[in-house]
Amino acid sequence: MSSEDIKNTIRYGVGIDLGTTHCVLSYVELYSDQDPAPIHVLPIPQLTTPGSVEEKNQLPSFMYQAHEAELAESDIALPWDGKPETIIGTIARELGSKTPIRLVSSAKSWLCHGGIDRHASFLPLNSPEEVPKVSPIEATFQYLMHLRNAWDFRFPDTPLVNQEVTITVPASFDPAARDLTAEAAHRVGFKNLILLEEPQAAVYSWLESNSDSWRNQVSIGDIILVVDIGGGTTDLSLVAVTEDAGNLSLNRVAVGDHILLGGDNMDLALAYQINGKLAQEGKNLAPWQILAITQSCRDAKEILLTDPEIHSVPIVIPSRGSKLLGATLRTELSKEEVMASLVDGFFPQVGIHDHPAQQARSALKQMGLPYAQDAAICRHLAAFLCRQQAAANDFLGENQGDFIKPTAILFNGGVLKAPVLAERMMRVINHWLSEAGVDQAKLLAGTDLDLAVAKGAAYYGAVRQGKGVRIRGGIASAYYVGIESAMPAIPGMTPPIQALCVAPFGMEEGSAAKGPNQEFGLVVGEPVRFRFFGSTTRRDDEAGTLLDYWEPEELEELPEIQANLPAEGRKPGEIVPVQLASRVTEVGTLCLEAIPFDGSAKWQVEFDVRAS
Amino acid sequence: MNIDLTAMPATIDLLHVSLGIIALVFFILFLTKGGSKASAPMETQTELPATLAKTEPAAESQPISQLKTANPDAALQLLTLLQQEARFIDFAQEDLLDYSDADIGAAARVVHEGSKKVLKDYFMLAVMRDEQEESRITLPEGFDATTVRLTGNVIGQAPFTGTLVHRGWKVTEVKLPKLAEGHDAHIIAPAEVEL
Repeated sequence: MSSEDIKNTIRYGVGIDLGTTHCVLSYVELYSDQDPAPIHVLPIPQLTTPGSVEEKNQLPSFMYQAHEAELAESDIALPWDGKPETIIGTIARELGSKTPIRLVSSAKSWLCHGGIDRHASFLPLNSPEEVPKVSPIEATFQYLMHLRNAWDFRFPDTPLVNQEVTITVPASFDPAARDLTAEAAHRVGFKNLILLEEPQAAVYSWLESNSDSWRNQVSIGDIILVVDIGGGTTDLSLVAVTEDAGNLSLNRVAVGDHILLGGDNMDLALAYQINGKLAQEGKNLAPWQILAITQSCRDAKEILLTDPEIHSVPIVIPSRGSKLLGATLRTELSKEEVMASLVDGFFPQVGIHDHPAQQARSALKQMGLPYAQDAAICRHLAAFLCRQQAAANDFLGENQGDFIKPTAILFNGGVLKAPVLAERMMRVINHWLSEAGVDQAKLLAGTDLDLAVAKGAAYYGAVRQGKGVRIRGGIASAYYVGIESAMPAIPGMTPPIQALCVAPFGMEEGSAAKGPNQEFGLVVGEPVRFRFFGSTTRRDDEAGTLLDYWEPEELEELPEIQANLPAEGRKPGEIVPVQLASRVTEVGTLCLEAIPFDGSAKWQVEFDVRAS
Repeated sequence: MNIDLTAMPATIDLLHVSLGIIALVFFILFLTKGGSKASAPMETQTELPATLAKTEPAAESQPISQLKTANPDAALQLLTLLQQEARFIDFAQEDLLDYSDADIGAAARVVHEGSKKVLKDYFMLAVMRDEQEESRITLPEGFDATTVRLTGNVIGQAPFTGTLVHRGWKVTEVKLPKLAEGHDAHIIAPAEVEL
C-alpha cells in the first residue's frame, strides 16, 4: 500500500464530544486484532499560560480574542503552528476569567438559540466594538480545527478528516442547531461524518464497558432513562428494550427539552451564597473575588459531596497583589449549606405532578441565552416523564398511569459523579415509582461520567461497522409548518393557523417523506418565511397530516424557516407552486426541500433564517 | 581486505573505546532529553539495550566523572507553576513576624492547595520504601546506596539492620508543560495592570 493509500483509508472510529464547556476526543481502531478494541482518549496539546503548552484530555470550549498588545507572538505558539490566529483552550479560559469582554464562551448554547442569526458575528456578547467578533459557528469550527490539528500532529499518517468521525449533539438540539454543527464540521473537512445524540452516546459507552453482561442487566420491556447533567445543560432521553428476532434491541423513544441548567449553575449558586454570608459580615466582594469563590466552591463542593467524613471546607480568596498575608479572605462552606442549596435546591423531593413553570415564549426574542428559570432538575424530569407518558406504547403496549415509568437509570455528566446527588436523584425517581405501585428502578453503572460521551461516540464508529447493537431511533420529533387558514377576515381576530406535518416522528437516516399534494405558492426572488413547529409527543402523524387543533403543550413553536427561490430562468415576482418534502441525511440532519410541480429543480429550505 | 561489520571486536582498541564513549554520551543525552518527550517513538526504545550493551565495556575501562549544570529553564518553569498555582514566591517573600497564626494559616491553605495541585499535575511521586517509618528494616548485601542513605553508627558490612527514619520520595514521571521557543522563562509572573 502506498503512503497515499494509507492516508485515505479509514483506520479509526473517532468520537468528538463537542461540549458547552469542554471538548473531548476519543478513538478506537476499527480493524483491531483485539476484541474488544480498547478506546483511547486523545491528550490534546493546548496553551495553558502564555508560552507553555500542556497535554490535557479536555479542551475547554473557550476562545480568547486577544488585544494586539497583550501577548507576544512567541507566547502563543502551538506544536503544529508557530503563529496561530486563534487562542483556544485552557489559556483562553484563564485569560478570559480576568478579561471577560474578550472571551467567547457557550458557543454551543448559542447554536441552539433560535432568536438570533447564528451566522452573524456577535461573540463575545455585548463587548466593545473594537473587540473582533465571531459567530457561534466560527467558534465551533475553531474548536474542531484545534482537535483536527492535535490529531494530525499525533497521527500524521492517518489524517482526522479521513477517519469515521462521530460528533455528539444534545438530543434536544433542533434541526437548525444540528445543521449548523454539521456546517462547522464540513468546513473542517470531515469526509465521513455522523451526528449522534449525547445520551445515546452514553448508552453506547455503557454497552461497550459492559459488553459481556449488559444483556443480563436489562431485559425485554425495560425502559432506560438517561439523565445527562453536564456543565451547562441537562439532557434527557428514554430508551425502550425490545426483542428483534430473538435478540435484545434498543429503541430511543423520547428526548427531553433543551434545558440550560447544569453544574456551572450549582457553582454559581454556592458562590452567591458565600457572597451573601460575607456581605453580612460587612465584607463586600469585587467581581474578581466572586469569580475566585466560584472556582473554590467547585473544588469544595466536590470534597463535601464525596467525602462523608468532612463537614466543612475553608474557602480562601487570596489577594490579587503580591502581599498574601493579611489580605487573604477566609470563610467556610459547610456540608449543611451545600446540602441545602444544591441537594434541596437543584434536586428537591417533589411530586411527579410538580412541574416547572412554563417559560414565556417571548424569552426567545431576548438577546441572551434562555437559561432555565426553574433550577429544580427534578421538576424538569417530572414534566418530561409525564409528557412522554405514551412514549413506549408502540413497543411495549399501553402504559397505565400518568407518567412513563423507567425501570433502569443511566447517569452521565460530571455533576452526577457526586454520590449524594446521584443518590438523591435515584431516591426521587424511586419515590415516584413506589407511589405508582411499581418496582424500583435499578442504576446502570460502569461508565466514566466525564468521558462516556466521547468514548461512546468512538465506539459508535465500530458499531456502524457491524460490531455490536445499534440503538434505533430516527428523529425524536415530528415537524410541522404553519399555514394560515383561508377564512373570511373577522375584525380583531388573527386567522387561525393550521399545522402541516412535513417530517414524521422517527424518520431514520437516509429516509425521505413527502405528503399528499399540499400546494404552496412561493414568490420567485423573494424569501418566503414559514412558521415552524416541532412535537416530541405526536408519534402517529404522517407526512401531509393537517392539524386544525392541538393542545398547547403538544406543539412547540420553533424559529421561522425560510425558502428562497432564486430568480434563475423565472420572472422575479412570479408565483411558483411547490410541494414540501423532507429527508434525513446520512449525517443525521433534517433537510426540507421545496419542489416545484413541474419537477424542474428543488430548493433547500433554510432552518437558520439570516438577518436580512 | 575483508571487513566483517557483524564481528565482535576481539581486542578493545582506541577506535572502539572512542566509539563507545560517543555512544555513552548520546545515551546520556537521550536519557536527559527523554523525560520531556513522553511519546518517544517505539524504535528508539527497542534500540536502547543494544546501545547499552556496547557502551558497558568502554565505561568500565574509562570511568567518566562529569558534573552537569542543570538547565535553569526547568527550574524557572517550576517556580512559575508554584507561583501561579500556590503563590509560592509571594508567600516566601513575606515577613511572617508581623502576622497572627490565623492570617498565616489562611495563606498557608492557598500555598498548600496550589503546591499539591502542581505536584499532582506535573509529577508522579512514589515512596522509596514501603515499610512503616520507625520500624526496623534490614538492607541486604548489594543494596542501592543511591536510594537509601545510611546514618548514625555506620560500621561493618551489609546486611545492615536499622530504623527507617524517612521513607524517601522518588519522582517516577515528570510531565512539565512544553515551553514555546523564544519564551522568556525568567519572567515567573508578569506584572498585572487592570484597565
